[in-house]
Amino acid sequence: MVEQMTKTLISAKELTCIRQERILFDELSFDISEGEIVQIEGPNGAGKTSLLRILAGLSRPYAGDVHYKNQEINHFRDEYNEDLLYIGHLAGVKSELTAEENLNFNLSISGYNDFNTQDILAKVNLTGFEEALAGHLSAGQHRRTALARLWHTSCKIWLLDEPFTAIDKKGVIELEHLFLEHAERGGCIILTTHQDMGIIGDDILRKISLEYRFV
Amino acid sequence: MKKGISFRQAFYTLLKRDLQIAIRHKGDIFNPLLFFILIVTLFPLAIGPEPQILSRIAPGIIWVAALLASMLSLERLFKADYVDGSLEQMLLSPQPLPLMVLAKVLAHWLLTGVPLILVAPLLAVLLHLDSNSYGALMATLALGTPVLSLLGAIGVALTVGLHKGGVLLSLLILPLYIPVLIFATTAIDAAGFNLPYDGHLAIIAAMLVGSLTLAPFAIGASLRVSTN
Repeated sequence: MVEQMTKTLISAKELTCIRQERILFDELSFDISEGEIVQIEGPNGAGKTSLLRILAGLSRPYAGDVHYKNQEINHFRDEYNEDLLYIGHLAGVKSELTAEENLNFNLSISGYNDFNTQDILAKVNLTGFEEALAGHLSAGQHRRTALARLWHTSCKIWLLDEPFTAIDKKGVIELEHLFLEHAERGGCIILTTHQDMGIIGDDILRKISLEYRFV
Repeated sequence: MKKGISFRQAFYTLLKRDLQIAIRHKGDIFNPLLFFILIVTLFPLAIGPEPQILSRIAPGIIWVAALLASMLSLERLFKADYVDGSLEQMLLSPQPLPLMVLAKVLAHWLLTGVPLILVAPLLAVLLHLDSNSYGALMATLALGTPVLSLLGAIGVALTVGLHKGGVLLSLLILPLYIPVLIFATTAIDAAGFNLPYDGHLAIIAAMLVGSLTLAPFAIGASLRVSTN
């Protein structure tokens, strides 16, 4: 019998997070392997964003640590960052720059030099808005400008905080297709959302639930 | 998908972006410069036009005004990036953080420090600065304003997460600015008396080299703390 080996990409070890003297979660442990799509769910204030920020290495947990390829992420941050794509609640899109300039900057600073911004923007339905300042775009288009990076990346770990905010139904479906493709390629996606997903069913989706705690 | 970007390319990419943003947001460049010009022009009006008094206090006025203008402009260094999430992206980028921080500080200095240096000799005429002192004035400003930007950036990085960090920022960085102020003004004074001032310049240059090598690491570490 051939044992199927799935490689663990990222593992949380006994994470505890305390914000404003409230314990958001304690001793939370999980492993996420290649090909998994994980949704972190829970009510507002349960600590979803805090968990994502800890996984990205932006915040330090009160206790516990995050491992990537069996190494603590803070000890080899450069390699981890090479493989990590985090799009937070704040999109990191400069309103003074055009959609094209934003994408161009984001991709070149991540080290890519073989992309065509026009093609990528076409994939997120921003054709015709390349020259528009991001500050003049609608909320959804603004979000799409940030998400456009997902169409040109070799990062394995995607951490997405509320990626579907302000995106229309068709856009959500396109994103879901992209997530499935990425999972098939051996990447993993960790996301938070309150929306129900259409294509990614419960059989594929793994859920990590956080509860709102009062202590 | 090819990956590969040299440190130099990363540095220029960030520098270019920051300059581009500033050019579309011209107020950011002109406010500190205008502030600098206003302070310096108000002094002769308030004190009176006697050349002896003015030329005696000119180095001090120009340097204090430059220092305050530089402090005024600091807030915007990381604030906008913090608010729209670009700072997080910068912290998570595979490029070394000190390098990117240095690019941002350089952009900031090009936009606020250089115009100040260019305008300073004109204002010095207004204050009857000794003709011998012009060289010293330009040299101290050229060496000193980057130090102000670098040291100030540490303070900004520490206070970027606070809602009203302005007062705290001044308290944090003014003490660090004082050595630059002292050596710069004494250098200009010395030049006015035809005394050698290369010693003072050497000390300011040493401060520049010191802050150029160490500040980017301190700024990077402070940013990580602030976004925690």
